[in-house]
Amino acid sequence: MKNLHVKILALLLVIIGTGLTYYKVTRLGLPILPAEQTEVWMVEARLEFEAKGNQPVKARFHVPSTPLGFTVVDEDFISTKYGLTMEDNGINRIAQWAVRRAKGKQVLYYRVELAPEVAIPVKSRSGITPPFPAVPDYPEPMGSVVQALLEEVRRKSADVASFTGELLVRLNAPNSDENVQVLRKGIEDPIAWVDRVIYILAGARIPARIVHLLQLKDGINHGTLTPWLEVHNGQEWLAFDPKTGSRGFPENGLIWYVGNDSLINLEGGGSPKVEYSISSQFQELVLVAERRARQINSLIMDFSLFSLPVQTQNVYRVLLLIPIGAFLIVVLRNIVGIKTFGTFMPILIALAFRETDLLWGVLLFTGIVALGLLLRFYLEYLKLLLVPRLASVLVMVILLMAVISVLTHKMGLERGLSVALFPMVILTMTIERMSLVWEEHGPGEALQQGLGSLLVAVLGYLLMTDKLLEHLVFVFPELLLVVLAMTLLVGRYAGYRLTELWRFKEFLRKTDTR
Amino acid sequence: MILPWRRLRQLGILGMNQRNADYILPFNPRRHYPLVDDKRLTKQLALDAGIAVPQLYGIVDIVHQIRNLDKLLGPHEDFVIKPAHGSGGEGILVVTGRYKGRYRKASGIILTEEEIGHHIANILSGMYSLGGLPDTALIEYRVKFDPVFEAVSYLGVPDIRTLVFRGVPVLAMIRLPTRLSDGRANLHQGAIGVGIDLMTGRTSSGVWREQAIDHHPDTGGGIRGLEIPHWDGILELTARCFDLVGLGYIGVDIVLDRGLGPLVLELNARPGLSIQLANKAGLRSRLQRIEGLREIPSAASERVALGKGLCNL
Repeated sequence: MKNLHVKILALLLVIIGTGLTYYKVTRLGLPILPAEQTEVWMVEARLEFEAKGNQPVKARFHVPSTPLGFTVVDEDFISTKYGLTMEDNGINRIAQWAVRRAKGKQVLYYRVELAPEVAIPVKSRSGITPPFPAVPDYPEPMGSVVQALLEEVRRKSADVASFTGELLVRLNAPNSDENVQVLRKGIEDPIAWVDRVIYILAGARIPARIVHLLQLKDGINHGTLTPWLEVHNGQEWLAFDPKTGSRGFPENGLIWYVGNDSLINLEGGGSPKVEYSISSQFQELVLVAERRARQINSLIMDFSLFSLPVQTQNVYRVLLLIPIGAFLIVVLRNIVGIKTFGTFMPILIALAFRETDLLWGVLLFTGIVALGLLLRFYLEYLKLLLVPRLASVLVMVILLMAVISVLTHKMGLERGLSVALFPMVILTMTIERMSLVWEEHGPGEALQQGLGSLLVAVLGYLLMTDKLLEHLVFVFPELLLVVLAMTLLVGRYAGYRLTELWRFKEFLRKTDTR
Repeated sequence: MILPWRRLRQLGILGMNQRNADYILPFNPRRHYPLVDDKRLTKQLALDAGIAVPQLYGIVDIVHQIRNLDKLLGPHEDFVIKPAHGSGGEGILVVTGRYKGRYRKASGIILTEEEIGHHIANILSGMYSLGGLPDTALIEYRVKFDPVFEAVSYLGVPDIRTLVFRGVPVLAMIRLPTRLSDGRANLHQGAIGVGIDLMTGRTSSGVWREQAIDHHPDTGGGIRGLEIPHWDGILELTARCFDLVGLGYIGVDIVLDRGLGPLVLELNARPGLSIQLANKAGLRSRLQRIEGLREIPSAASERVALGKGLCNL
C-alpha cells in the first residue's frame, strides 16, 4: 500500500517534470542540447523622405504584426526627434512617426529580429470572414472575356482553392489566347497585376486581397516588397503566388502588411522611399527562446531561472547539479553499497574538483589527506581535546594548501592557485574521520573508505561537469522532479545491495556445492 | 544458473535495505531510540524492571570531573569505561588491573591516569557518539566471563547477541573476541560470530571475516558444540528487553558473568545482519512468521517457546 503511494507520487512527479520539459521544448523552442544555435533574421527598413520644411510631419508606416511562421524576437524604432505611436487595426499594424518641425532629408529606421517559429508552421490563417464582393461592372470588351474565362474555370474546378489556382494558371499561361491578352493589358507592375486578379475574382464573388511580402534572403541591401494574393474560402485565407498559381507563401516570406493601402503615408513631406536590408545571423537558441517566451507572455519563462541576474544564474548552474550528485550517492549507497566518509561529503569534494580539474583535484585531495593524517597522528600523541584538535587540523590543512599554492606557483604550475574553494572543513572532517577509522578498524578499512569516497567523488565530478546535464537541469529544472521521483523509488527499494552479494557469498557457495 | 540475488532471496537472507525499510522503520518508533542509544537510560530501565546489568560505578559528564578520577576509580581494581552513546563497540576501554599506580588495559598495555583522563575527555567531546554530539562516559563493573568460554576468547569478553523481533528471540549468536578485534566483540572489527541453536543453546560453526571456521584463530579452541549455560534464562532475559524499550526489532547483548550469571550489556536498535552468516540461516522467513502473528503473547516464557519453535522452520 505504502509502495503504491510512493509509486503514484513518483509517476506524478515524472509526468509533471517531463510534461513541463516537453512544453518548453515544443512550444518555447528551448534546446535539448547545449549551445544550439538558430538562424535569426535581422530586417531593417529604412524610410527616407524630404521634409517640406517648417511644417508638421506625419509618417504612417506599415510594420509587420505577428507574422506567419516567425516570432518577433526584438523590435526597434530608430527616430531621434520623432514621436512614435502604434496603431493596430486587427489586420495591420501601423507605426506613426510625428514631429512638429523637420527640414531636409529625413531618415527613419524600423528594425525587427525574427526567429523561425518552432511549432509546426501554420500555413493559413483565419480571421473575420469578409463579405462577398459585388460583381464589378466590367467595361467591354473585358466583361465578356472575364465572364467566359470564369465560366470555363468554374467548370474545371471544385472549390475556391482550385478555382483560384486554375484561374491563375490560365491568366499566366505563356502562350495565352487573345482573350487573356486583353486582361493583361495595361499592367505595369506586380501590384497592379494582383489588383487585376482580385478584380477578376470579384466576378466570381470570391473575396481576395493583396498581401505584401518581404523575401528574407541573407545579404540583401535594397529589398522591396513582393505582392502576393490571398483568397478567402469561407473559413480561412488561402495564399497564392500570383505569377504561377501555386499555393502558400514562399519559403522565408515575411508578411509585411495586407491590403491596398500604400506602405507609407506621408504628410508634410515628399518623395518617400523605403528600402529593406536583410541579414541572417546565428544566435544562441536559449536566448532566442527566452525572448520568444517573453513575446508570447509565457508565465513559465517569466518565472524561470533566466529571470534571475546572471551572477545568480551562474550559482544555480552549479547548485542544480547537486541533486544529480546526491542521486548518484543514493544509487551507490543503497543499490551498490559503497562505503564513504559521511553521506554527502564526496559530492562536496566533487564540487571542489570543478574548480581544480580532476587530476589535480585528486592529487590535491590525496596529498592533503595523507599529510593531514600524519599531522593528526602526531596530535593524537599530544592528547588534545576533540574540538581544539579539529581546529588544529583545520589550521594545518589551510597552511598546507597555502604552501602548495605558493610552491606550485613558483614552479610555474598555475593549477595550484585554483584551489581557493577547496572545502577545507570537509577535508578536515575527512582526516579526522579517517584517523578514527584507522585506529578503530585498522588501516585497511580506513583506506577502503577513503578510496570509496574518492571514487564516488570522481564519479560525481564526471557527472556534475557533464555539459549536457548542466544544460538540461538549468534550462529544464523541472527535470529534477524526475530525479526526485527516482530517489523516492530507490527509497522504497528493499532488494539486496550489490556488495551484499559478496558479503553473503558464503551462503551462495554452500548451496552451490550441495 | 540462478542469479545470485534470487538465490539469496530463496535462502531468506535479509538485506540491509529490506532490514531498514521493512523492519526498522515500521517496528522501531523513532521516539524510543533514546532508550537504547543512551546506555545510561537502558541501564536504569533494566534495573527498574529487575533485569540484571553490570553495576554502574560512576558517571563522568563534564571535563572538570576528570580531575577527581582517582577518587572515582580508587575503590575498583578493574572496570570498563564506555561512552553512553557509543555504537559498534567504539570507545570502550577495559582496565583489568593496576600496576604501580597505573592502569593495565586488557591488552596488557599500561596506561597513566592522564591517558585515561584523555580517553574520557574524548568520549565527552563526542568522538565516539552518534553524530558527534557531546557525550557522557560510564564507568562500570568489568564482567568476569564464564569459564566455559576460556578456550575460545582472546583478551575480551564474549557476548551473546540475540535478535529479538516483537519480543520473540529469532536468532542468536555468540561473539568471540580475537586478537584482530582487539578484545572487542564486534564482527566488523574482527570478532568471530558463532551461531547458537535456539532450541538447545549449543553453538554451531562460526564465521570470521566472512569465512566459516571451527576453531578460534588465536587460542585454537574448538568453537563448535559449546553449551551455553543458563540458556533458557538468557532467552527469557532477551525477550523481556522488548518490554523495556518498546522497539520491535532489536539486538540484545548479554554477557555471562562467572558469579552474577547473565547480565544485559546493551540493546541495539539497528542490529547488523552478520548474525545470518554465523547461523548459516536467513532471517526473512523467521521474521515473516512472527510478523504474521496477530497477537504476541505477553509472557516472556511463551515468547521464548515461540522463538524456539522457529528452529524447525
